[in-house]
Amino acid sequence: MDSKPSDPGVPLRPSVRDALKIVIVGGFGVGKTTMVGSISEIRPLSTEEVMTKAGVGIDDPSRVADKRTTTVAFDFGRITLDAHRVLYLFGAPGQQRFWFIWDQLFSGSLGAVVLVDTRRLEDSFYPLDRLEHHRMPFVVAVNRFDAPGPQPSLARVRDALSLADGVPLVECDARVRDSCKSVLITLVRHLATLHDPAALQEAAQ
Amino acid sequence: MSPRPLDLDGPDRLYTVTGGRSRADDAALDLVTLVVAENDPAPGMQSEHVAILRLCRDEPVAVVELSSHLRLPVSVVKILLLDLRDTGHITVRHPTSAAATTRLTDLETLKQVLVGLEAL
Ligand SMILES: Nc1nc2c(ncn2[C@@H]2O[C@H](COP(=O)(O)OP(=O)(O)O)[C@@H](O)[C@H]2O)c(=O)[nH]1
Ligand SMILES: [Mg+2]
Repeated sequence: MDSKPSDPGVPLRPSVRDALKIVIVGGFGVGKTTMVGSISEIRPLSTEEVMTKAGVGIDDPSRVADKRTTTVAFDFGRITLDAHRVLYLFGAPGQQRFWFIWDQLFSGSLGAVVLVDTRRLEDSFYPLDRLEHHRMPFVVAVNRFDAPGPQPSLARVRDALSLADGVPLVECDARVRDSCKSVLITLVRHLATLHDPAALQEAAQ
Repeated sequence: MSPRPLDLDGPDRLYTVTGGRSRADDAALDLVTLVVAENDPAPGMQSEHVAILRLCRDEPVAVVELSSHLRLPVSVVKILLLDLRDTGHITVRHPTSAAATTRLTDLETLKQVLVGLEAL
């Protein structure tokens, strides 16, 4: 493989000065990359981060070939919101062995979308646990995959995942732009209600 | 899209790129810190530094996009960027969230995000 930089794609506007983040987490194959691609203004890009297994930080990132290092790939896209703001969407692998990327992805994030496949609910347990640990606000979106046969209701999914009443739970189709847009709007509205405990109480009644 | 393997031509490439260095201050750069080139590459500059300056010559580019385009891990790109910042070749636009004192994003920003999303 040659080392020329890849095509930079659609550039940001020169006036953009603030970048925001939302993280989409979930198990392998749950539709994270599909969701990023459905709503991003650029083709989803991927990159990697490396870390030594011994350390809490990255002692020496140049030692990627070293046996003590591990790498994690993640993908991302972006949405320009206005002349000054751009929103980055990150698709983050949910498996436990990738925990070390989470701090970087979550740092400064507005919140998270937990993408769920009801055929593999257990893949969501670890991400949900970490989000609660990080006190990161989130919504849960069930990607239905038009699977054959009866599908568990949202109430059953809420129960199986032990979601608190205040956590929004919605259905989505990660392949459909409007569906992904509506999941993101649900998240941002949820974040706004967290500012106002009274509104939250009303919503719960 | 399948994740693209990093461009590791031999085990020594990343070592060469950074000169084997790490920097304690790389937390100064977020994944979404925006990078703007302030001048043209100087003669004799390391090829990765030149590539960064070309990519963000006309508009800002986020750290994570530079990492993807250069096919180098984020932490390696951060080291290269700190070199360029220290020598005045780039300026950076930190995300406002980096300076925030609370976990929750302020309401005004959330409203603007909502307006932007609803307009999609
Ligand atoms: N039928 C159906 N397929 C989907 C849906 N979302 C994703 N897929 C497919 O499921 C596979 C895994 O999706 P991907 O986005 O790569 O998952 P990731 O590992 O979470 O990034 C891909 O082949 C997608 O085309 C969906 O809503 N319905
Ligand atoms: Mg993926």
